[in-house]
Amino acid sequence: MANDAAISPKLAFEVEKLTKTYGEGRSAVHALRGADLEVGDGEIVVLLGPSGSGKSTLLNILGGLDRATSGSVLFKSQNLTEMNDRELTLYRRRHVGFVFQFYNLMPSLTARENVELVTEIAENPITAEEALSLVGLTKRIDHFPAQLSGGEQQRVAIARAIAKQPDVLFCDEPTGALDSTTGRAVLRVLQDVNEALGTTVLIITHAAATAAMADRVIHFADGQINKVELNEVRASAEEIHW
Amino acid sequence: MKPLHAKLMRDLWRIKAQAMAIMVVIGIGVALQIMMSGFVASLTQTRDAYYERHQLADIFAPVVRAPNYVLGRLTEISGIRTVETRISSIASINLAGQDSPISARLLSLPLNGRRHLNEVRLSDGRFPNVQRPEEVMLLESFASAHQIVPGDRIEVTLNGSRRQFDVVGTAQSPEFIYFAAPGELIPDDARFAVIWMGRPALAAAMNLEGAFNEVLVSLLRGANKNAVLDRLDQELESFGTPGAFGLEDFSSDRFLSEEISGLAVTASTVPPVFMAVAAFLLYIVTSRMVRSEREEIGLIKAFGYSDTEVASHYLQLVLIIAVMGAALGCLLGVSLGRAMVPIYTTYYKLPFLIFRLEVASFVSGMLISISVASLGGFLALKGIFRLTPAEAMRPPTPPDFSKSISFQGALIRRLDQPTRMVLRRILRQPWRMLGAIIGISAGMALSLAMLIIYDGFDEAIDQTFNVIDRSDATVSFVSNAPQKVLYELGRLSGVEHVEPVRFVPVVFRNGVRSYKGTITGLGPEPVLNRALDSDLKPISLPKEGIVLSTPLADILSVSIGDDLTLEIREGQQPHVVTRVAGIADSLLGSPAFMDLTSLSRQIRTPGHLSGAFISVEDGWQSSVYAALKDMPAVAGISQRTEAERAFQKVMDQGAGSARFIMGFMAFAITFGIVYNVARVAQDESARDLASLRVMGFSHAEAVFVLLGELAVVTLIAIPIGLSLGTSFSHIIAAGFSTDLYQIPVVFAPKAYGSSIAVVVFATAFSGWLVQRGIRRTDITLALKSRE
Repeated sequence: MANDAAISPKLAFEVEKLTKTYGEGRSAVHALRGADLEVGDGEIVVLLGPSGSGKSTLLNILGGLDRATSGSVLFKSQNLTEMNDRELTLYRRRHVGFVFQFYNLMPSLTARENVELVTEIAENPITAEEALSLVGLTKRIDHFPAQLSGGEQQRVAIARAIAKQPDVLFCDEPTGALDSTTGRAVLRVLQDVNEALGTTVLIITHAAATAAMADRVIHFADGQINKVELNEVRASAEEIHW
Repeated sequence: MKPLHAKLMRDLWRIKAQAMAIMVVIGIGVALQIMMSGFVASLTQTRDAYYERHQLADIFAPVVRAPNYVLGRLTEISGIRTVETRISSIASINLAGQDSPISARLLSLPLNGRRHLNEVRLSDGRFPNVQRPEEVMLLESFASAHQIVPGDRIEVTLNGSRRQFDVVGTAQSPEFIYFAAPGELIPDDARFAVIWMGRPALAAAMNLEGAFNEVLVSLLRGANKNAVLDRLDQELESFGTPGAFGLEDFSSDRFLSEEISGLAVTASTVPPVFMAVAAFLLYIVTSRMVRSEREEIGLIKAFGYSDTEVASHYLQLVLIIAVMGAALGCLLGVSLGRAMVPIYTTYYKLPFLIFRLEVASFVSGMLISISVASLGGFLALKGIFRLTPAEAMRPPTPPDFSKSISFQGALIRRLDQPTRMVLRRILRQPWRMLGAIIGISAGMALSLAMLIIYDGFDEAIDQTFNVIDRSDATVSFVSNAPQKVLYELGRLSGVEHVEPVRFVPVVFRNGVRSYKGTITGLGPEPVLNRALDSDLKPISLPKEGIVLSTPLADILSVSIGDDLTLEIREGQQPHVVTRVAGIADSLLGSPAFMDLTSLSRQIRTPGHLSGAFISVEDGWQSSVYAALKDMPAVAGISQRTEAERAFQKVMDQGAGSARFIMGFMAFAITFGIVYNVARVAQDESARDLASLRVMGFSHAEAVFVLLGELAVVTLIAIPIGLSLGTSFSHIIAAGFSTDLYQIPVVFAPKAYGSSIAVVVFATAFSGWLVQRGIRRTDITLALKSRE
């Protein structure tokens, strides 16, 4: 329940008393019941917990996809909870990359075009070709999502997320739909990005073993953070088994 | 290409069938608008250009005989640009193989070759040499109806003597664009002739040397026409003039102008109804299309695209469909308009008629489609933008059904699951259903309205030929014939019944208000041809006074009991004052009726008749008509069956022909709407249906859920469509009605039945297409992604 120590002097996020309630009255759902958290710049953070414990809600709020009901979120001293729609849009555009469980690629766009969708509006992107080569997909660059395997699709999604060289990468169950070999390859890419670009990476997962590769592991239960663990040594993606 | 543009193009390709259906619906609305307004513009411009190029006179002033020196006085009238004189006469042409002579107009050609008023347009051969009295030129339509070519000879009875003429050319004239025989609606090329010849020869034949009997006047721009008419009447009074009249009272121009104004009314009333239905469909479809993209919109926003960027992307999609639809409509409208040109030139003798695209109607059609499509897209986007990207990317939260109708009743429990699902979908999402119901009923209403209009045209013909005119033939007399001709007709074997009629040209005047028209004089209690009111009840004619139709009474601002001045335009041209004895809603135009005896007495020419209606015993027709042709007083016979056929032809090929195009368009719109409703329902329930399949329901059962819903929506839409269609039919009937014929709205069970059949067929066919689509869907894919 505590965030007793920061291992990095610079913080990416400072979260205080964050709550999120969906609906009203008797049908209200309390997805977050007052979360406090700090995330260091350049960390890999793994969020663990059962379905409905509030992981995705937190990730969505940190990523500027959703709004908190109360509390505050500071991103490098900018207060996300006070931003209007336009500012949130700019925040997502400049600082944030997303990887989703079901890849969420545009089915009507090729791998390259899916990445270009993001590089088009980013301030300092690498090219789509570079991004795809980082995830090892140079040969399938002009394929449509329907022509790619699940792992390949997820790698396109990662290429899309990292192409803008974001400050933070949010990954909601990036390996959830993949077999373990493919999943490890995806985690390897995330780790590479973190090491090469210094990107802060937040990963939601059901696979507890993934926690080994994190700097910080956050345990969720019932809309609250009930434990934060810090790893002295991070395991490499290849060492993870589930 | 930017990735969003690539997505736009590929999305468009993905929804191509639906996009096509929408384009067709918009295209039809725009096409109709362009066809009708283009036709009005083309006819107007062609008429104006023809008149101007051939210097058609603004004023015609007939006189009995005026010496040539009078012309000098006429040129001094202020406001006149050009004044010319000519000789005009009636003659008859005796053609071999024709039972009766054909009456013809003879007109003098001017002496020299400079520009003249009412110039003729040479079609074939050459102009007659005015120094050669035997050379003439014939009206082209008459010549070709009788296969007369330059070089042929014709025999003409002119001023009582038979003469042979050489036809050296054929011609058209803006004076004779539309010319029907007196008392008839439909032009008959074979029975209307004009002969042009040199003035000296015609003057000699008519004993008009050094004189003229018609004045043609063109006015200066801005001249006071009425003042010129009055001055002409004053100057010509002593030479016997029935009164000068303007081009607008000249029968060819009047017919053409009435046709144009009738078309203009149709163009301004009917296409908007189609456009409104198309716009409504476009709105529904675009808003749903955008709503179905909800998750993608959330995703694009998650990448950091702004609302404006996302909106512009989706509006581009909608606009491409709208603009392509409008462009398609433009092409279709122009080709339909072009296809209708020959139909018009059959009846209207125009030397050329080029269908013109009316840019304003294209632009307005385009703007309506674009703004409606944008509105539909915009409202849907607004709803999605209200959600955070996180919410938009999740499938919509299941609607709260806890307060809706319970499905626990004993009756409900007897239904199988798929049936219950159909019921649930309908009862629990009433707004969604309502949109579909309104869409289908509006489409059906258009089809029904057009089917009712078809019956209305049949009814109009039936009313004209079986209710108003119940005679077997209308006999017109050469000039005003005496009463005894009536007895001669009655004595012919086989003639059952004879009724007299008299048409008197007149100017009705009440103070400053006046109207140039005709009084119809009918015998006491007519049976064969009656004056009917709008309820098809006979208008009873009092012994004294005049009965006016409601529009005429309005124009003149008179009511029952008021005095009305009649300026008779024939014979001695008396001015008489009569009392308005009745006002009746008329079926057609703005007629005025009087008792025949009273009319004859008032205008001081008792016993004169214009014609008669006769009924003939079965089996006697040919002998009666043969006998009639031999009677010198008879100018023409119009048999009802032939006249009915000709009338039907005009309605099928003239302005009325547009109804067939509109009918086809109505069916296409109905189909477009039903198909779109089915497709949208398919898209919206794709996941549900796939879930059913995964759970083990058969393809047929899954399809039943979707099509059951469509069937119920259609069933509910049908009664609404029936009543909406009846309302539409009133608007469209008013748009098609002219002074010449009224299109009534009749209760037609067949039309109602057929429109139901159209919708049911459209539903069944769309259902078949949609179920084919479902069969092709991979059920596991449908569960994972929106495709």
